[in-house]
Amino acid sequence: MKHVLGAVCGASCLLLAVPAMAETTLTIATVNNGDMIRMQGLTGEFTKKNPDITVKWVTLEENVLRQRVTTDIATKGGQFDVLTIGTYEVPIWAKKGWLVPLANLGADYDVADLLPKIKDAVSFDGKLYAAPFYGESSMVMYRTDLFEKAGLKMPEKPTWDFVVDAAKKLTDKSAGVYGICLRGKAGWGENMAFLSAMANSYGARWFDEKWEPQFNTPEWKATLTTYVNLMKEAGPPGASSNGFNENLALFNAGKCAMWIDATVAASFVTNPKDSMVADKVGFALAPNTGLGKNANWLWAWNLAIPAGSKKTEAAEKFIAWATSKDYTKLVASKEGWANVPPGTRTSLYQNPDYLKVAPFAKLTLASIDAADPNKPTVKPVPYVGVQYAAIPEFQGIGTQVGQQFSAALAGSTTVDAALSAAQSATEREMKRAGYIK
Amino acid sequence: MARMATTRRVAISTAAAWLFGFLIFFPILWMGLASFKTELEAFAVPPSFLFFHWTMENYATVQERSDYLHHAMNSIIIAGGSTLIALLIAIPAAWSMAFSPTKRTKDVLLWMLSTKMMPPVGVLVPIYLIYKSFGLLDSRIGLVFILCLGNLPIVIWMLFTYFKEIPRDILEAARMDGATIGRELIYVLTPMAIPGLASTLLLNLILAWNEAFWTLNLSTSSAAPLTTFIASYSSPEGLFWAKLSAASTLAIAPILVLGWFSQKQLVRGLTFGAVK
Repeated sequence: MKHVLGAVCGASCLLLAVPAMAETTLTIATVNNGDMIRMQGLTGEFTKKNPDITVKWVTLEENVLRQRVTTDIATKGGQFDVLTIGTYEVPIWAKKGWLVPLANLGADYDVADLLPKIKDAVSFDGKLYAAPFYGESSMVMYRTDLFEKAGLKMPEKPTWDFVVDAAKKLTDKSAGVYGICLRGKAGWGENMAFLSAMANSYGARWFDEKWEPQFNTPEWKATLTTYVNLMKEAGPPGASSNGFNENLALFNAGKCAMWIDATVAASFVTNPKDSMVADKVGFALAPNTGLGKNANWLWAWNLAIPAGSKKTEAAEKFIAWATSKDYTKLVASKEGWANVPPGTRTSLYQNPDYLKVAPFAKLTLASIDAADPNKPTVKPVPYVGVQYAAIPEFQGIGTQVGQQFSAALAGSTTVDAALSAAQSATEREMKRAGYIK
Repeated sequence: MARMATTRRVAISTAAAWLFGFLIFFPILWMGLASFKTELEAFAVPPSFLFFHWTMENYATVQERSDYLHHAMNSIIIAGGSTLIALLIAIPAAWSMAFSPTKRTKDVLLWMLSTKMMPPVGVLVPIYLIYKSFGLLDSRIGLVFILCLGNLPIVIWMLFTYFKEIPRDILEAARMDGATIGRELIYVLTPMAIPGLASTLLLNLILAWNEAFWTLNLSTSSAAPLTTFIASYSSPEGLFWAKLSAASTLAIAPILVLGWFSQKQLVRGLTFGAVK
């Protein structure tokens, strides 16, 4: 009887223990971008292969997500197991010990297939701290029909002189068509992403080798003067409040002859469901001034594991799945090659099926290759990052400077006053943070 | 002649009131309309007011992508729970301050209000650490607690002003008849203050329903209310206005309906004691 009781107890313990062992719930924080929404939709495929793991999604607006995740990670709250973070955060957080290095992505993950520039951007001290989910640079998107009508031909590597000249010629305000649409909304990730990249092509830089801010240099003045004058003459009205989405809507509605922005926009503007100009779009590299740097940035949304997570093994499994070559194939089989996450793997740009449906693929790759986060500017700099400096203080400084430049575009301050205010604000913050005396 | 002038004045003031009401309501109307547009139409310049291709696609997408009922249930529990607990604490507090004031009562009231003078982000990290230690992160109880504490000063202030309007003599008469404090509170004070209580309850419910700092920062998925449901539809790269409008319309619908049905009490409560 005793044995029977023991056996029953043992069996019931086992039965109770199995579900407890089997259940690992991953909480994944992400942003509401098309590729991430698709990933959420395909979660079932992951859990089918890993029945012991369940996945909970937390989707938030980018700035809310950044604040939410930073609070959790700084307090080691342990609320998230996988985070979606940008290339800006990766080196800063890795240095602070907030991220778990990704060392067990599996034998068939093929790290060597990751685009070298993107891999650099998510590595710190030679170790991979995040896996790129999709990557982007920026490029010129232009209306082939309007160019043809005006007798203009877009070079593959346009100069700023050409872009300025063409924008003026293509502007027809009575017809509601503007020569160029550029970001003007203040923010380190909004107008400053574009303007920092543009400044790089003009030979400007955020800081010199000793961390001294450089807004008082002729290069920055040339950048901002060109930008403000160009937008005044050939930009849409109210441009100082336009960000990525506003310009996307303008371009899709046929109001912009040129738009310089993220390469991921290429798939939006060529999608006939959303765009009125889908079959009339051409692509070119971001403009240059002949100094050896183009005005294009480098960014990737990545998946990483916070140091506070207790489920690193399952989290790494998920990351390996979502950023693998097989995931790309899965998306292609369910939603077509045009919808696979771009900009992370070399193999995608060698895939004939993808190249057939993505006329922008070649230029996306060329743009990513042209941006170097470790050597972003013509003159040497002490920071990493093309359109940002990967230091914790940058978010605050970048947004302050962005507000000045947005005001210059709106006409409420002059270019000189905006540059001088940017210089003093940056100097103050850098002194406070101890970079300079 | 005089009657004509009066009629005209009434007509003008009615028209002005309607116009003003329409202006206030316009953002909500615009959001409702945008929720039936396609993404491209929602962004169109110049915008179309009524003549666009009406579609239910956004609502279908929102239903498919998020669990609305889960978020709505969390909102009801969090907003309702925090409001009820706040009222339970505030009624005796306001009663004692209104009817047995000491010379420090005014200071206490001001001190309570001073807790609302600091932006909540200033205490985010300490609160987060406390919540982490007590295992309250992403829990409904945690959110009920913080929203209750956050709104308590306003609730006490509102009730205090309503109670002050009630003649002391009535309470004294009840006491003369041998009513205990509890009976006095329940049978004499509360029925007389019902309009005030109702409007406090409703206002606090709306405040708690719309609270978007603590609810976003202290919840992840299990306790996430409708504010996180809305926040998940804003996108840095991609058009989202129409879907966001659909999500927002769904999120405000319950509280809008509640407000609609109880507007009589709300108006009575807000003007309570205005004319003696």
